[in-house]
Amino acid sequence: MRAPTALRFTVVGAVALAIALMPFVLSDYNRSQGARVAVFFIAILGLNIVTGYTGQISIGHGAFMALGGYTTAILTHSHGWSTLPTLPVAAAVGFGAGIVVGLPALRFHGVYLALTTFAVALAVPQLATNYSHFTGGVEGLPLPSHTGIWLYGLGWSVAAVMFVLSWLLLRGRTGRAFRAVRDSEVAAASSGVSLAVHKTLAFGVSAAIAAVAGSVYVLVNAFVNPDIFGLTLSLYILIGAVVGGLGSLWGVLVGACFVQLLPIGISNSHTVSAQSVPVIFGAMVILVMALLPRGAAEALFWATELPKRIRRVHSSSTPQRLEAQ
Amino acid sequence: MRMRATAAIVPLLLAGCGVFLLVGSLESALFAQLTVSGLANGGIYASLAVALVLIYRATQVINFAQGALATFATYVAWQFIAWNMTYWLAFSLTLGCAFVGGIVVERVAIRPAGRRGSVLSIVIASIGVLILVEGSIPLIWGTDVRFFPSAFPARTIHVGGVAFQLQDLGTIGVSIAAVVLLWILFRFTKLGLAMRAAAFRPEAARLVGVRVGWMLSIGWGLASALGAVAGMMAAPSPSVLLQPSMMDGILIYAFAAAVLGGLESPAGAVVGGLAIGALLNLLGSYVGWVTPQLLLPAAFLLMLTVLLVKPSGLFGRTSVRRV
Amino acid sequence: MAPLLALHDVEARYGPVRALHGVSLTVGEGEVVAILGANGAGKTTTLRAVSGMVRRSGRIELAGRLLNGEGPEDVARLGVAHVPEGRGTFSELTVWENLRLGAITRRGSLDEDMRRVLSFFPWLGHRRSQQAGTLSGGEQQMLALARAMMQRPRLLMVDEPSLGLAPLVVAEIFRILRDLNEHEGTAVLLVEQNARNSLSVAHRAYVLETGRVAFSGPSEELMRHEAIRRSYLGY
Repeated sequence: MRAPTALRFTVVGAVALAIALMPFVLSDYNRSQGARVAVFFIAILGLNIVTGYTGQISIGHGAFMALGGYTTAILTHSHGWSTLPTLPVAAAVGFGAGIVVGLPALRFHGVYLALTTFAVALAVPQLATNYSHFTGGVEGLPLPSHTGIWLYGLGWSVAAVMFVLSWLLLRGRTGRAFRAVRDSEVAAASSGVSLAVHKTLAFGVSAAIAAVAGSVYVLVNAFVNPDIFGLTLSLYILIGAVVGGLGSLWGVLVGACFVQLLPIGISNSHTVSAQSVPVIFGAMVILVMALLPRGAAEALFWATELPKRIRRVHSSSTPQRLEAQ
Repeated sequence: MRMRATAAIVPLLLAGCGVFLLVGSLESALFAQLTVSGLANGGIYASLAVALVLIYRATQVINFAQGALATFATYVAWQFIAWNMTYWLAFSLTLGCAFVGGIVVERVAIRPAGRRGSVLSIVIASIGVLILVEGSIPLIWGTDVRFFPSAFPARTIHVGGVAFQLQDLGTIGVSIAAVVLLWILFRFTKLGLAMRAAAFRPEAARLVGVRVGWMLSIGWGLASALGAVAGMMAAPSPSVLLQPSMMDGILIYAFAAAVLGGLESPAGAVVGGLAIGALLNLLGSYVGWVTPQLLLPAAFLLMLTVLLVKPSGLFGRTSVRRV
Repeated sequence: MAPLLALHDVEARYGPVRALHGVSLTVGEGEVVAILGANGAGKTTTLRAVSGMVRRSGRIELAGRLLNGEGPEDVARLGVAHVPEGRGTFSELTVWENLRLGAITRRGSLDEDMRRVLSFFPWLGHRRSQQAGTLSGGEQQMLALARAMMQRPRLLMVDEPSLGLAPLVVAEIFRILRDLNEHEGTAVLLVEQNARNSLSVAHRAYVLETGRVAFSGPSEELMRHEAIRRSYLGY
């Protein structure tokens, strides 16, 4: 599934350039939309590490986003921190939470793990509502507001940093270990790859990234309350990850655009009422799964593989004939 | 649907639970009332949980759309009643519509994703169905919250000197009846046998002539009908009411119940649902610091505790991992 | 008389890998035909091609009717009972339920069929409610054959019935196959690595090598053939 390196770097460079230049042609509102895409980009990146690369299904990344978001909110609101230093703290909190979730997750597999993470994702907003003295409860906490371009810049800078860090992690030994765990736990273990260490580490890293996404998310909203981290968020992150293509860093951008821009795009095109947005979006999700069940990355794969396949078919391909005795 | 309690701990746990509820009910009228109304909630969770298990057993897919489909069916029932049909006629017709609806959803939205995709692709497709169906409700019926009539008159029944709501008893009865009917179908009919065979070993089932594809569709139809029962039992409650997001919270409890009981076991789903319903109701009333927001985390804590002891749920099979 | 089953130049593939490179064979009414060959020769694939479980090209005719990409469900309903490698018994279901599944596509009473099956396998009557997965390997194989009988097939296709079974059990199974053929007139297409057992029960046999028919003929002839004796019979 690897396109030639030079091509890949060119494409990445082109996309990065496009993203960097985009805000200059966008309105302020659209810039904050772009920042939202960055939020999903980071969150889906995080999910991809634990689900796509290590094979542990998590439907609960909304919870880690909530942790990061509330960390940033509480630190800036109640403790007077300035914005940027809260991000590493959020990442650390997320990492810790990821390890905590990852440990009992060693015992569960497949769907039980998925539903457990789902439970965590749903429980966290409830807990946030309950312990309102800390978290501002249902009314939530306000955050300093920023201009669209500041948010866009922050979002995509963080996204770029996370992307590069993930890429470095995944191409190294740890990344190979992750993929080994995903493909066959037994084979990995018998090759000396510690399942416990790598599965928990994957959760930790993944959660840290999601937490940072949460921090940017609350900054974009200029506001935090339990509702913004509901069921919908976790589901959308999962949809974005699968539509983009699990186990591929390339599809992450596609996935993020799909879940953030498509609904907005539908409601902006004044041909349909705002009410029909969910119907159309839902139909699109179904359609994408019918046509590209393995996500955009699959389409990218075919786009690069097809020329090779065509070349192979046209070259001489007479099958070997074995003579019978 | 044979019970598979491989550890002695499971029957012990259940017996302990049952004894707790029984003794408490005999001791205190309030306890008994809370237990019964909790069991009514539990019946609803159980119905939806069995629907989830039905589909999971056959396809390894968690149907996220189960709640939304149930809500849609309940709206359809409301519409029939608004057209002056009697309750039970509307109820029966709705079950039929839900059955057909389930088949349609499977063939149109789910089957295509399954053809070349993984289980996760199908799950995402089901999330797509969730979004679509829940989104279509306001388009057809508007956003007003509506009132859905109960099947049972608002009377109290006195058992052993304690007053119970007829509605609660009726809900428990209907939920259990629905699940039992399904059990009879699976255990004693040709169709049920063919469906079980298709769920356990689809390739081998094809070799004896079973149309596995249709069995799957019918499974989705039955699950959808069961969800409709849950929806129609849940809607009358003042804390639920007929609105598009009606089954969202109930679906979550149903997930917890299904997982707790063991995702492959309908019996487990029933036990899990009833247990969660009853225990949470008691917890909410007797333990002061448990606010309504903490009920959901409490349910999950219960689920997690069970999973830590028995990773595949109460009645789940500890599957042999193939090397 | 047209053969019950006829394959003309059938090719089959698993993805990009071609497993059958043009196999032609026939099975007549009431015949027992064996397919022999080493591992990977394409024996199982041939049965799967008939059942429509694998992508194939070429002509397959069943009782004169051309099969056109029918899937396993349809082929089964046309009177073919396929007992696959690994038996295909439903371990989670009881013995009785397994048998019932054999007749699942038919209406009406099963008493007559059950009686026939029990006359071949009387011990099944005592084990009706036993879970099929708890039977021994040999018993499961016999249950699989019993279930196939319930299908009232015109053609019985059996894949490696002796795999993993003790010699005495294997002998019993082959005896049952011969009985089935002689008393019920069922045609049998048998895939086996154990050449000696197969040739003793089959009328004719085909030997496959890397997806092609290398030899074919009546059993007695093949048993005497020099190369076959050396490669497959060991003497």
